[in-house]
Amino acid sequence: MTQAQIPLEQTPVVEHSEHKKAWKWYEYFTFNVDHKVIGIQYLVTTFIFYLIGGAMAVAMRTELATADSDFLNPSLYNAFLTNHGTIMIFLWVVPSAIGGFGNFLVPLMVGARDMAFPRLNAIAFWVVPPAGILLLASFFFGGAQAGWTSYPPLSEITAPQAQSIWILSLVLAGTSSILGSVNFIVTILKMKVPSMKWSQLPLFCWAILATSLLALVSTPVLAAGLVLLLFDINFGTSFFKPDANGNVVLYQHLFWFYSHPAVYLMILPVFGIMSEVIPVHSRKAIFGYKAIAYSSLAICLVGLFVWVHHMFTSGTPPWMRLFFTISTLIVAVPTGIKIFSWVATLWGGKIRFTSAMLFALGLLSMFVIGGLSGVTLGVVPFDIHAHDTYYIVAHFHYVLFGGSVFGIYAGIYHWFPKMTGRMLNETLGKIHFALTFIGTHLTFMPMHELGLKGMPRRVAMYDPQFEAINKICTFGAYVLAVSVLVFTINAIWSWVKGEKASGNPWNAMTLEWTTDSPPIIENWEVLPVVTHGPYDYGLNGRGPSAEEESAVSAQ
Amino acid sequence: MTVERAIAQDIETDVQQHQEHDEAGNSKFGFIVFLLSESVIFLSFFAGYIVYKTTTPNWYPPGVTRLETRDPLINTIVLVSSSFVIYVAERYLHDKKLWGFRLFLLATMAMGSYFLYGQAVEWRSLPFTYQSGLFGGTFFLLTGFHGLHVFTGILLQLIMLVRSFIPGNYDNGYFGVEATSLFWHFVDVIWIVLYTLIYVWQ
Repeated sequence: MTQAQIPLEQTPVVEHSEHKKAWKWYEYFTFNVDHKVIGIQYLVTTFIFYLIGGAMAVAMRTELATADSDFLNPSLYNAFLTNHGTIMIFLWVVPSAIGGFGNFLVPLMVGARDMAFPRLNAIAFWVVPPAGILLLASFFFGGAQAGWTSYPPLSEITAPQAQSIWILSLVLAGTSSILGSVNFIVTILKMKVPSMKWSQLPLFCWAILATSLLALVSTPVLAAGLVLLLFDINFGTSFFKPDANGNVVLYQHLFWFYSHPAVYLMILPVFGIMSEVIPVHSRKAIFGYKAIAYSSLAICLVGLFVWVHHMFTSGTPPWMRLFFTISTLIVAVPTGIKIFSWVATLWGGKIRFTSAMLFALGLLSMFVIGGLSGVTLGVVPFDIHAHDTYYIVAHFHYVLFGGSVFGIYAGIYHWFPKMTGRMLNETLGKIHFALTFIGTHLTFMPMHELGLKGMPRRVAMYDPQFEAINKICTFGAYVLAVSVLVFTINAIWSWVKGEKASGNPWNAMTLEWTTDSPPIIENWEVLPVVTHGPYDYGLNGRGPSAEEESAVSAQ
Repeated sequence: MTVERAIAQDIETDVQQHQEHDEAGNSKFGFIVFLLSESVIFLSFFAGYIVYKTTTPNWYPPGVTRLETRDPLINTIVLVSSSFVIYVAERYLHDKKLWGFRLFLLATMAMGSYFLYGQAVEWRSLPFTYQSGLFGGTFFLLTGFHGLHVFTGILLQLIMLVRSFIPGNYDNGYFGVEATSLFWHFVDVIWIVLYTLIYVWQ
């Protein structure tokens, strides 16, 4: 193997081997403190929410296939709209990318036996299912109707019970996110195996560190805004009631101060996944390790000061428009640094077109499209025209679906062998990729045009002139639905019957591949000793093609 | 680093980490990180308060001209001095003098309770409610949310007090007491800002 794991002559740690090596299947359904179990619990739970949120999207697209409101009752459409967004963000992308991959991988990557606070970790996970159930239960009261942003006064006058439940659910999810972040920060800063230098910390860990810092300082702001909203709805205060001097724009500030960084909460861990998947599957050292690591931290810092670009049409004063336009353009720079570094990593590499790599490449292209439309929206004169049109919907789905979800798929294809001990079926994986790639463009590319022609978002009925383009989008959504089905079948079938995976099926060099697949409880019998960087593929003058035979003698 | 040294270090930490994932240094660091996050909630409320106060035309509800500051000032002094008292308690524990620790911890709890009592008396005497416009809303929200933290702090102190009667409980470190004390200092600092914003800046 590539990782030097030096056996000890007299081992003072022999008592470890007395331990139980693996969990029984039912122990995955309990309050288990093992970070690997918790990671898988996160991934499976959030995937179920992904299916639910996806079903809502398909229902909405079916409604939008025709200009009239003929499939869903309009208020149910509003509820689906609100809960589709909420579920996808708070119960799928955020908890799966951070909670799922973060928990499973961070301790393995830094050479720790578990997270810093295993019990806290389990608590953070077990808050998520109640949050989701609460959210779904709000449908008994008609479902929250005011969109995932829930701007007052709309959110204060429609479906008050459902809106209150929505708030509680979000506060729960936020609590989980804060507890998880504390755990990640301590684990990454304090629990790294001593032989690992900071410059040898895998980039995924840098990304999770930046993400956690960001979640820690931004999530409480959302909690504050939501508490005020809750009081307004239920206890007769007037924080956001315009008729009683309340300030609706303050809510927008509190909301976006969290929710813009939330965009980075959803993309930074996925960037981390990219930085792991790309070097492994192109058999080349990562280009610009430091640039990628620091750009995560830069995004985390600058990302805290761009939130007003969501509010350019909310009576924002000119100096604010100017400042936040500039900061928005600046935050594109560290993102660009990452994109260029990945392209440079791919350049001249010996690329293996595995499903994981295909999704990573798909992400690269999609994110460039979504990122560029984001830059256009950061510029005030254009934003004022495109605000609240389908152009926005197109933009953030390219970033969140083409970016985050593609990255999560890439991560699943890459680490599924490590998590379950079995390989995913590559043929089905490639079919899944093709369908997802085509489906994404079919669904979201035409939305740019819809938006530029002036179709407003968040409506069940629209002007008949948009019908033809909407039909394309709806067809694309069905393709995506089929692609998810293919993936689900692949995942379940492979988990049960898939080909057995070796400890290191991709010939990767980060620490998680130095243990068995799936890793034993407590991760290693003897902790690994780090003797080289995490991406030292084909170094010392060797080209990527010469890498495989010389890897053994890396020492 | 040579491989031999790396191995030696590894075995050492290996054993340590295996025995105790949750070692006290990490816990303390984690708790500080958590408090950082907690302070952001207060900061958001403070920011909201400042925005409301500077932009609302009729800030005080009809019939209210300003807030009484004398009793709250006494309350403030009691709460702030309790921070020093709990520090003394911690020093006693550090020197393994359990009775001193218990005495001063009890004193802290008494001072905290006095603060809550004073707050309750003030709340009852006020001529406005939390529904009295933005002033009423923000006043009760801020003082109430802070009061909840004081109450939590007293509960934590009670737990630490009870634990001191378990023989040998604090022999190998006392992260719980440190955290309780840190939390109490935090609640204090927040109160100073809150007092300045609500009572001093009228």
